[in-house]
Amino acid sequence: MAEPAVAAGLGAARPRGSWVSAFARQRELSLVAIMVVLGALVSIAAPQFLTFSNITAVAVLASIYAIASVGEALVVITRNIDLSVEATIGVVAYCVASVLERHVFDAPAAIALGIGIGLVLGMANGVIVTLLRVPSIVATLGTLSIFRGLDYVIAGSHQVPLAGLPPGFTDPARTNLFGVLPVFVLVALGVVVLGTIILRSTRFGRQVYAVGSNPEAAAILGIPARLVEFAAFSVCGLLAGVAGVMWVMFFGTINGTAGTGIVLSIVAAVVVGGVSTLGGSGTIAGAALGALFLGFTANALPLVGLSQFWLQAIYGLVILVAVSVDAIILRRLQRATAERRAR
Amino acid sequence: MTMLPTAAPSTSPEPDGTTAVPPRIQLRGISKRFAATQALADVSLDLLQGEVHGLVGENGAGKSTLVKILAGVHQPDGGTIRLDGEETQIHGPAHSRSLGIAVVHQEPRLFPDLTVAENVFIGHAPTGRFGSIDWGGTRSRAEGLFRELGVQVDVGAPVRGLSMADQQLIEIAKSLSLEARVLILDEPTASLSAHEVDRLFTIVRRLRDRGVSILFVSHRLDEVFALCDRATVFRDGRHVVTMATGALTTADLVRHMVGRTVSLFPKVETPIGDVLLEVSGLARVGEFREVGFTVRAGEIVGFAGLVGAGRTEVARVLFGIDQRDGGEVRLHGQPVRFASPSAAMHAGIAYLPEDRHQEGLVGDFTIAQNVTLPILPRLFPRLLMRASAERRVAHEFTHQLNVRMTGVDQLVGALSGGNQQKVVLAKWLASRPRILILDEPTRGIDIGAKVEVHRIISELAASGLGIILISSDLPEVLAMSDRILVFHEGRITAEISHDQATQERVMFAATGNLAGDDPSPVPGVPSHEAGGPVDG
Repeated sequence: MAEPAVAAGLGAARPRGSWVSAFARQRELSLVAIMVVLGALVSIAAPQFLTFSNITAVAVLASIYAIASVGEALVVITRNIDLSVEATIGVVAYCVASVLERHVFDAPAAIALGIGIGLVLGMANGVIVTLLRVPSIVATLGTLSIFRGLDYVIAGSHQVPLAGLPPGFTDPARTNLFGVLPVFVLVALGVVVLGTIILRSTRFGRQVYAVGSNPEAAAILGIPARLVEFAAFSVCGLLAGVAGVMWVMFFGTINGTAGTGIVLSIVAAVVVGGVSTLGGSGTIAGAALGALFLGFTANALPLVGLSQFWLQAIYGLVILVAVSVDAIILRRLQRATAERRAR
Repeated sequence: MTMLPTAAPSTSPEPDGTTAVPPRIQLRGISKRFAATQALADVSLDLLQGEVHGLVGENGAGKSTLVKILAGVHQPDGGTIRLDGEETQIHGPAHSRSLGIAVVHQEPRLFPDLTVAENVFIGHAPTGRFGSIDWGGTRSRAEGLFRELGVQVDVGAPVRGLSMADQQLIEIAKSLSLEARVLILDEPTASLSAHEVDRLFTIVRRLRDRGVSILFVSHRLDEVFALCDRATVFRDGRHVVTMATGALTTADLVRHMVGRTVSLFPKVETPIGDVLLEVSGLARVGEFREVGFTVRAGEIVGFAGLVGAGRTEVARVLFGIDQRDGGEVRLHGQPVRFASPSAAMHAGIAYLPEDRHQEGLVGDFTIAQNVTLPILPRLFPRLLMRASAERRVAHEFTHQLNVRMTGVDQLVGALSGGNQQKVVLAKWLASRPRILILDEPTRGIDIGAKVEVHRIISELAASGLGIILISSDLPEVLAMSDRILVFHEGRITAEISHDQATQERVMFAATGNLAGDDPSPVPGVPSHEAGGPVDG
């Protein structure tokens, strides 16, 4: 119909398409912007929100979630999901605390053991999903229950008290490097930087996106999709192990229920951070920022006079808003593209 | 709905008092456009009461679009539909059904875990006193329907596991239960055995005798002659002819189906080099058998045939996606068997798949990321990749193919179809293949981009690549190929050289007629050559 519009059409359709896609691709920036605006609003009502001590306290706890979310993001980018991370964190946290209490290992060996357990549990997920070809949502729902059950069996009714840990073991959770940078935040930053480099600048990273975005095209290119998915689950488990160790350092007192229910927050952080649940797009940094955002939300609620009981509902709402925004952006992008193609 | 019918034979209330029976379906000036493709242009068609009407045409002639419009899946952009003389708009599939139009697809869409009876009465089961479903009634009425059709079926059995033919019968029984006035059979015989075809035809004739109007869409011309009272030919979304089948020959029908002319980039004559690829006796159970051919350097070998004839399946085996069950493949004289696409890529084969969205491109990636995807290990043997090197390679190949883009960092999803296809080509060229398999490389792209893709294919052949061109676009495959292999139902039915090839000959072989009864020398009919400015 619009033959004469060929030349003009390309130019005409661009601004809108590129504005939308720019927003879609700048999820990290928009999250930061939203946090700044909301933070300013909250601090009007509660001046103690924007104090150094409050911000570092939030950031330290959020670092644990951020590291778990990075692993989850990796899995979600391959078009899978891992619901078992919270149980992995629980198992790791109890095992680490327990071997320390019983003086089986010293601190470095206990940390290595914790990360190793996380890796093994992640690999177990990977095997179930890639070799047995069980859909990951079902497979990890099963392992969520199995890992948590293991945790209960190992722990029984025992609780490792803070006094059971070697002196100084929990210090990293309370130490600021140069007086300003909490160690936990530094660790999380390191994970984000390393993860970003791997995803952006290695062949493996490119394959992760390719497998998640278009499995058929990846297969035709000879990309070993199952190996990539297995690796993603393994890394997710490993990072859950890291988070589990940090959990011990942060809370000090550990029993068999550590981490129960936090998978909602971890998946929420990934989704809010702009990782598509359909796979193939999103960034590590986005997921980590998502965790930070949720951390500040949890912190701000009591300050603005809302009960902590609202948190769960608000997290759910935030997930829905984030996913809806993604869906709207996707539709607008597709429409813009279709319009351009029709010319 | 504003287009006025041109020269429509007046029907219904005849001004002179003759009470002619209006056609069951009367289409006038139906048009439908999808983005760049005019799927149907000003099509008129009458489906009379109690007739079996054949609808034939090449792939892409517009048959499926017409079926979908009648089924309510698509709305026409213009034109009128009259049902038994009454002007109608078909709003959706449910509305189409309620108007008495039933469609039986090549692969029936049934609920495999429900029983035969439940499938027949899905959505309109007989109900008891309190609105609950009367299962006994459902069963007995389903049994009655199959008795009318003259076939024995266990109506209590689940549909899963029934043959395609039996599943089609369920669809037909369903249409009977809805008292359909119009039955559309869309390529119903494609996966039926000869005996099952006979049974289907008997049933269709019985329905016709009861006054049902039947539109029979088929690629099998012999069946059109065996079953249909009249036949209509579509070409390029246009109505070509409607005639009584008694007044037609197969050659006539083929001639009406072909004869499309398209402006193409003229084929560059290239010296043909050594044999690159030799295939003999290649077979894969249920897909193709006895496939043998050679491809030489600088040669374009065209694979013609209808969709489903086994061409893509052969390509998938050559590229290592599927494994063969028999036969031999030699590359540069050495026997090879590729366990995976990456093995085939290493050996110098590239495959541009049929469906560029599904298999060709990663939509979330930029142009540069797509182009370098197959060559990452070679481009970046070390751990880290460098964006600059990636962009340089992508720029080189996209520039060569004249991709219109804002830059190689543009998301590939934002490009037009033609430019996307060029990116897929660039991607495979970056892997520096010796043999390039192109599966429908110009489908769904506009004419300008098409000519460019043809130019690129010619240049690639001239640079010494061996090219296999799979195309359902007859003028394209005729104009571009040095040799044409025609596939029909998993076998090569003809091999025709560039000089000998006419659209009639290819279509004849593609519809299952062997080369022996060649239709070309039909007296008094101007022979349709391939594309206009072609030939050397």
